[in-house]
Amino acid sequence: MGRQLLLEHIAEPGIETFAVYRKKGGYASVEKALKTMTPDQVTEEVKISGLRGRGGAGFPAGMKWSFLDRKSEKPRYLVCNADESEPGTFKDRYLMEKIPHLLIEGMITGSYALGAKTSYIYIRGEYMYIVGILEKAIDEAYANGFLGKNILGTDYSLDLYVHPGAGAYICGEETALLESLEGKRGNPRLKPPFPAVSGLYASPTVVNNVETIAAVVPIINNGGAEYAKIGIGKSTGTKLISASGHIKKPGVYEIELGVPVEEFIYSDQYCGGMLTNRPLKAVVAGGSSVPILPADLILKTAKGEKRLMTYESLSDGGFVSGSMLGSGGFIVMDDTTCIVRNLWSFARFYHHESCGQCSPCREGTGWMEKVLHRIEHGHGHMGDIDLLVDVAKKIEGNTICPLGDAAAWPVASAIRHFREEFEYHVKYPEKIKNPKHFAIEPFLSEKKLELVN
Amino acid sequence: MAKVTIDGVEIEVPDGTTILNAARQIGGASVPPAMCYYSSLKGSGGKCRVCLVKVAQGSAKDPRPMPKLVASCSTNVMDGMVVQNLTSPEVLEARKGVVEFLLINHPLDCPVCDQAGECDLQNLAYEHGAAKTRYEEDRRTFEKIDIGDKIKLHMTRCILCYRCTMVADQLTEKRVHGVMNRGDASEISTYISKAVDNDFSGNMIDVCPVGALTDKTFRFKSRVWFTKPLDAHRNCTKCSGKVVLWMKDDEVLRVSARKDQYGEVKEFICNECRYDHKTLADWTVEGPRHIDRSSVIAQNHYEKIDLSTLKKEIDRQIEFQKGKPVPAPKTLAQ
Ligand SMILES: Cc1cc2nc3c(=O)[nH]c(=O)nc-3n(C[C@H](O)[C@H](O)[C@H](O)COP(=O)(O)O)c2cc1C
Ligand code: SF4
Ligand code: SF4
Ligand code: FES
Repeated sequence: MGRQLLLEHIAEPGIETFAVYRKKGGYASVEKALKTMTPDQVTEEVKISGLRGRGGAGFPAGMKWSFLDRKSEKPRYLVCNADESEPGTFKDRYLMEKIPHLLIEGMITGSYALGAKTSYIYIRGEYMYIVGILEKAIDEAYANGFLGKNILGTDYSLDLYVHPGAGAYICGEETALLESLEGKRGNPRLKPPFPAVSGLYASPTVVNNVETIAAVVPIINNGGAEYAKIGIGKSTGTKLISASGHIKKPGVYEIELGVPVEEFIYSDQYCGGMLTNRPLKAVVAGGSSVPILPADLILKTAKGEKRLMTYESLSDGGFVSGSMLGSGGFIVMDDTTCIVRNLWSFARFYHHESCGQCSPCREGTGWMEKVLHRIEHGHGHMGDIDLLVDVAKKIEGNTICPLGDAAAWPVASAIRHFREEFEYHVKYPEKIKNPKHFAIEPFLSEKKLELVN
Repeated sequence: MAKVTIDGVEIEVPDGTTILNAARQIGGASVPPAMCYYSSLKGSGGKCRVCLVKVAQGSAKDPRPMPKLVASCSTNVMDGMVVQNLTSPEVLEARKGVVEFLLINHPLDCPVCDQAGECDLQNLAYEHGAAKTRYEEDRRTFEKIDIGDKIKLHMTRCILCYRCTMVADQLTEKRVHGVMNRGDASEISTYISKAVDNDFSGNMIDVCPVGALTDKTFRFKSRVWFTKPLDAHRNCTKCSGKVVLWMKDDEVLRVSARKDQYGEVKEFICNECRYDHKTLADWTVEGPRHIDRSSVIAQNHYEKIDLSTLKKEIDRQIEFQKGKPVPAPKTLAQ
């Protein structure tokens, strides 16, 4: 196993308490930053580290911080995005549940860098029990002088609040999150203006994912340059991967960016291979929004190079033969999986979660779900497949927020790589009557089917 | 000031002008359609996506094109920007898609809808939509509800442009009106069936681009193209008192605010003028109103059409079906 920067002490009994966390070297980054560094130096270290946003888009965190409008007279805010709702992603939950002080520590150090006097953790409503865990950790931090007035005797003061949402995926989109935090309906805002200029309460705001903020702790402790040594190219540091699906050991793994995908799936250090040793069929590598890839393209790129767990390698080949690292929700499927059923399930999710503000997403997501439902239940016709591709194309890029894209990409990619399977559903409605059809008889391509019959 | 070029026509506009408003200053066929933007309602726009255009050159300083189509109603011009509307096949294709999306859950009950003939969605579908639907699924349905005693809401017809909620927010005193639920289950609603009763609430009827909000005092009285619009005014203490009277013979069937060529009301009127003065004697008539838009009533009662124009229009629609870029429409009535 590679270096563990975030989860190193996760197995330590009592690590969720301040006392144990502190004993294990916790809050050192706050001491270092507040006592020996200026806010700009902290930002600079984050820039040097090459840390990229772990929420999905992979935008360089240091750059985002440096965009914050520091000239504005208004207060500045750091908001932690703990809305984690992407199907297949559960890393933030693990981190907050097991080692809540790491996030609190990152929030304090980050807020200091940005000059925020009040900061928020916006957490999804379904994580209600974690709200309690975080609030307890925050109370402990206040009691020990790491939050509140004059932290560690310096003139820096910070208040930190946890704010639960009401259970909407869309409130993970940063501007919808800010609306919701302000107490409004969680509709994404039109951009520009970006949050760095006009975010929470129209003030300069940085929104970062839980893991991004947690990663600030080792970056400040060891220095940005040290952090940047881990990983490959522009994919520096470690990343939490939520592994799920047909694998022997599902769970959250901290990997050094650059681990080969093959090693990640089959090595005993990570997923431990396929659950029942059946062949690998497909992988959704970065949460439900990213394109699905068939076995051959996930292990190797179209050029025949080994595919690595990095931002660049996973997106090699663009959307034709590549995917994205996204939020690190790694869903593995063996040959008993029905791609159509899987896609229908994703489509149902996006239909349910669209905020309904803009027409292509509001109407298109429902349309795609209904067509997929028909195909999966044996009522599809051949024209439906191209229709789906066309509807996805008309949503993509034409919406207010990226949820529209997130709904369109899985459809486009599943049909691109598994068209035959969609056609099979249309042609043989009898064979797919049982919802577990491929568990009984895995899908064979048309040519093979002819040989069998 | 900023110089922009839209479909090859250059214009200079003040900084901070949106692409849509710059195009409106040029006028003509290159003005993108708009279903949710409404000049006088703060925060409107950006939602329906029919106004998408291509920015082929960002600005003089940074000539790179913008990676995606942008909503012209909520994107400001930059000096040296080059915009393509009708000249971009990509825009026409995307717009055709948006129109299709707006229509899949629409009941298409124009034959019994009071808005028919002056409906922005009809006009939009006519200009930019396809003749046939590809949608075979069930359409979403809602019960009709009363918003106060004067307004009927047909949620099935709503395109969720949010304009009416902004009227409620910005023109009326207490907000009792908003959007509930999510996605295609979203619906316009008065908060827990609370009646909307304040002086300017009737304006939500006029801002509604479709027949989702209709005037109960006018419902089913007449097709709009059988009525005769007259500009008229009265002395009103609450509003400007400048209205349009929709007449059938000597009877005032409906009173509405005056809309400009883009379907926008510039001076909102009060509920008293709208609902309580349905006799001609209450008004000073200024003269017949010319409706300057491409709707059925704009044809001013089916003016003569010559056959060659009609043939051209049919050809245009056929080309459009094939997905080819279409030349600008010509109005049928000459
Ligand atoms: C529909 C949608 C849902 C999102 N959900 C989340 C989420 O649950 N958690 C998250 O960190 N980012 C989410 N994002 C990404 C955020 O908008 C934003 O990019 C991110 O919080 C920035 O943090 P980062 O730079 O640290 O990754 C979502 C984006 C979209 C469009
Ligand atoms: S893309 Fe979907 S979720 Fe995003 S603003 Fe539009 S309707 Fe809402
Ligand atoms: S009721 Fe009319 S004005 Fe209101 S959102 Fe729907 S379409 Fe727009
Ligand atoms: S008018 Fe621009 S998005 Fe609706």
